[in-house]
Amino acid sequence: MVIFSVDVVNKAGGLIYQYDNYVPRAEAEKTFSYPLDLVLKHHDEKVIVSFGQRDGIKVGHAVLSINGADVMGKSTADGKDILEYLKDPSNYPVSIRFGRARLSSNEKLMLASMFHSLFAIGSQLSPEVGSSGIEMLETDVFKLHCYQTLTGIKFIVLADPRQTGIDALLRKIYEVYSDFALKNPFYSLEMPIRCELFDQNLKSALEVAEKAGNFGAGS
Amino acid sequence: MSRQSNRATDNKKMNSELFTLTYGALVTQLCKDYENDEEVNKQLDKMGYNIGVRLIEDFLARSSIGRCQDFRETADVIAKVAFKMYLGTTPSVTNWSPAGDEFSLILENNPLVDFVELPDNHSTLIYSNLLCGILRGALEMVQMAVDVRFAQDTLRGDNVTEIRMRFIKRIEENLPAGDE
Repeated sequence: MVIFSVDVVNKAGGLIYQYDNYVPRAEAEKTFSYPLDLVLKHHDEKVIVSFGQRDGIKVGHAVLSINGADVMGKSTADGKDILEYLKDPSNYPVSIRFGRARLSSNEKLMLASMFHSLFAIGSQLSPEVGSSGIEMLETDVFKLHCYQTLTGIKFIVLADPRQTGIDALLRKIYEVYSDFALKNPFYSLEMPIRCELFDQNLKSALEVAEKAGNFGAGS
Repeated sequence: MSRQSNRATDNKKMNSELFTLTYGALVTQLCKDYENDEEVNKQLDKMGYNIGVRLIEDFLARSSIGRCQDFRETADVIAKVAFKMYLGTTPSVTNWSPAGDEFSLILENNPLVDFVELPDNHSTLIYSNLLCGILRGALEMVQMAVDVRFAQDTLRGDNVTEIRMRFIKRIEENLPAGDE
């Protein structure tokens, strides 16, 4: 049972902290010789597989790294265009890692602001006056839990649907925020959180929550 | 003279004399830098405001208190929970105005002014003005605009220390969703 990620959204809806805790299971690294039997294409600033699914490499997976060096969008780490690079027989044999494309930080920012608006819609849809916003969002793969403080900061946790004790975890993250982010005089309010102590203590809070969740008893 | 040790809620004991000395050093340095009591009062209020906007989150995280429904509840929470948690003293809430938008906090003892005497050339200095800033900053973060001032101060010859708090308005901009 795993906690996938933690986000902190400020009053204006901007993402000020993002932490990913999951290791995508669907990643495959293989060595290829010329010619490449997968069909690759450009999509959305990334290079993805469009045909030739095999050996754990699925259609839609993006090129994550070539010969061990992480790619940057459509170019390799050295700045060469990936598709051009793979058309040249002299570059083979080449080792390519494929996997589900990670969200870029801009995409994460956009999703956070979208969630901020949806959160407000949640309270407006309510038949009764004085409802809170969205507190939980459930899909078949994960559950999103959200806690909004009285000051408007939102703490969002994405976890395995069977994980328990998330409410206590959200309160604990609030405490960690009020300690290691707010009590750091060099941290300005509403700005992205770049405090190492906050990272460390958040990670240990997540570890505690994951262990407690495994026994089915929330704290 | 009775000594009270400042206890944080997570049981870290700190000597309150160090706290008093630190605050004293702060005020005297401000007096040297600005040489004008009014200016020092303003600076203390500003500093208190910056403390208040951060302290409120710590308070809410540790006390799990929900939103107060009216100003009377706010007054009670400030006196019985907040002051107790941070200064170890519980002021009394009195002198409500007829409209219910103003009240006084009477502090029996103020840890900031242990051992302090104001000299004559600083008669307009509000030594504990930091507290006013803290209250103002903290309440602003929970969408309440208030005016906080010292009505009486033992350092300036009064019998008790009295903080007067007046509700100005509810801050309607940037309300967290679900609070309309």
